[in-house]
Amino acid sequence: MSTVFIALQANEETRPIIEAIELDNPQAVVNREPAMVKINAPGRLVIRKDTIEEQLGRSYDLQELQINLITLSGNVDEDEDTLTLTWNE
Amino acid sequence: MDMKTANKKLSLKDKYKLFTRDLGWEPTYRTKEEVFPYVQYEGIKIHDWDKWEDPFRLTMDSYWKYQAEKERKFYAIIDAHAQNNGHLHITDARYLSALKVFLQAISPGEYAAHKGFARVGREFPGVGTQVACQMQAIDEIRHAQTQIHALSNYNKFYNGFHGFAEHRDRIWYTSVARSFFDDAMAAGPFEFMIAIGFSFEYVLTNLLFVPFMSGAAYNGDMATVTFGFSAQSDEARHMTLGLECIKFMLEQDPDNLPIVQAWIDKWFWRGIRVLSLVSTMMDYMLPKRVMSWREAWNIYGIENGSALFKDLARYGIRAPKGWDHAEEAIDHMSHQLMLGLYQWKFGTSFHVWIPSDEDMDWLSKKYPTTFDKYYRPRWEHIKKHEAATGAPFNNFGLPKLCQCCQLPTLFTEPGDPTLICHRESVYQGERYHFCSDGCKDIFDNEPEKYIQAWLPMPGLMQDPLNGDLAGWMDWVFLKNGEDNGDYATSQDKHNFELWRSMASSNQ
Repeated sequence: MSTVFIALQANEETRPIIEAIELDNPQAVVNREPAMVKINAPGRLVIRKDTIEEQLGRSYDLQELQINLITLSGNVDEDEDTLTLTWNE
Repeated sequence: MDMKTANKKLSLKDKYKLFTRDLGWEPTYRTKEEVFPYVQYEGIKIHDWDKWEDPFRLTMDSYWKYQAEKERKFYAIIDAHAQNNGHLHITDARYLSALKVFLQAISPGEYAAHKGFARVGREFPGVGTQVACQMQAIDEIRHAQTQIHALSNYNKFYNGFHGFAEHRDRIWYTSVARSFFDDAMAAGPFEFMIAIGFSFEYVLTNLLFVPFMSGAAYNGDMATVTFGFSAQSDEARHMTLGLECIKFMLEQDPDNLPIVQAWIDKWFWRGIRVLSLVSTMMDYMLPKRVMSWREAWNIYGIENGSALFKDLARYGIRAPKGWDHAEEAIDHMSHQLMLGLYQWKFGTSFHVWIPSDEDMDWLSKKYPTTFDKYYRPRWEHIKKHEAATGAPFNNFGLPKLCQCCQLPTLFTEPGDPTLICHRESVYQGERYHFCSDGCKDIFDNEPEKYIQAWLPMPGLMQDPLNGDLAGWMDWVFLKNGEDNGDYATSQDKHNFELWRSMASSNQ
């Protein structure tokens, strides 16, 4: 199965976001590189607003991800609650 | 009486609809064909522009909010970099060569992309597409500006940063990137989207920015990490726009498939040639290397590219025609081009050097099947030659340039890394030269376009320079003995070491 990924800047804002992504995607592999964290997952990755808010302790607009995004791979679909990345095979 | 209030907050999907499609209108004074005159001639058939949607559903109000936040973060760090002698925190001054290549060849490409997206944003009839292209046009000019601004701090101290605008127009290696963007801008709006939005942004940009920015982080360059990440935070949106556009074209009409496939073939190959500059940076110019060009290709080329083309196979798309050739060339291209840059170092506005023994050992570990066999002996030969003659190893013979990608024809035949690859075509009695089958095919498909290409090397031989190298250097804004030549004897090396020692002592 093809890998989807998302890479975020490594900083204080993204630490709880990365924890939330790990919670929602047990199959995901987190690679910590200098200044950047790249999260790979087989076929599909889901990022949920609710889980981020729990980790962050405040309300969160999923579009705030734009600020710390480095790159991603896969077909994107975003609404207020989730952002998903998928490859169709 | 109780008034029923509407939902206070619009859903993202509703908001996106209101802020894109609801802003469009049907023209009445003029026909649609008159308002959008360029969307027919490429042969792409679109039946319903409303089917195109930005999957991030980003609207202009949110766009400004987040972009402002990115700018605030960027300038806070750029100020700190300037205030804290950030230029002395890099590993050593060899690193600056990578920055110079970036500023001279890549940043002007950002500006070109800005112009291109501003244009196609006007030329496409769909409102969703117009809005996304408008955002990308603003992003690209922001990238050009932030890069120039960040690197201006280095220009205060080091050579080779001062003439990037003139280098972009006149020097030879920059014309590789310049001709790529000029070619895209001189194409129709759909081809431009495949060229920049899809091939460059989706297939290749990761290979440029991610290793480059990690490279900056590894080499202590806070300014570049910052402009890189600030730009890169927009790239995810650009990549997504590129992918959505290609899917949109393929879903709208089956007749679009062969046209789109031919563009993918063309722009993948053009992109690979531009990235050969990046390969030299990754394998040779970073004092502290992140990963080899080969390793970056494995992650972002093979793994990610294969996933992408497997996904697009449902539309009938196959991997680009030059894919297998590129895969074989990956183990050679950085070495072949770097050996070229070293020989022509009198004509580069950055410094080069013979890799140290330690660096060569690293290269042979990263390229176990090619470096020791083909390239170490050539570096050793140059080293011996310089020791025997006491003079730098320069090649004043002018290289033959490829009429398409504008690189010297220095790459080798597929299957034989000891034989220079050369192709030619005759068009209207003139003979044109190419570095590869990929570049020749692109020319043969549109000769009228590429015979107009401005090639930097013939410029040196023409009136008024007539081969005068010193005159050429003046014209390209290259200061002989300062901007060019071997790193070992450069002012940059001398000054960096002097200033760094002053920063850590009280002498």
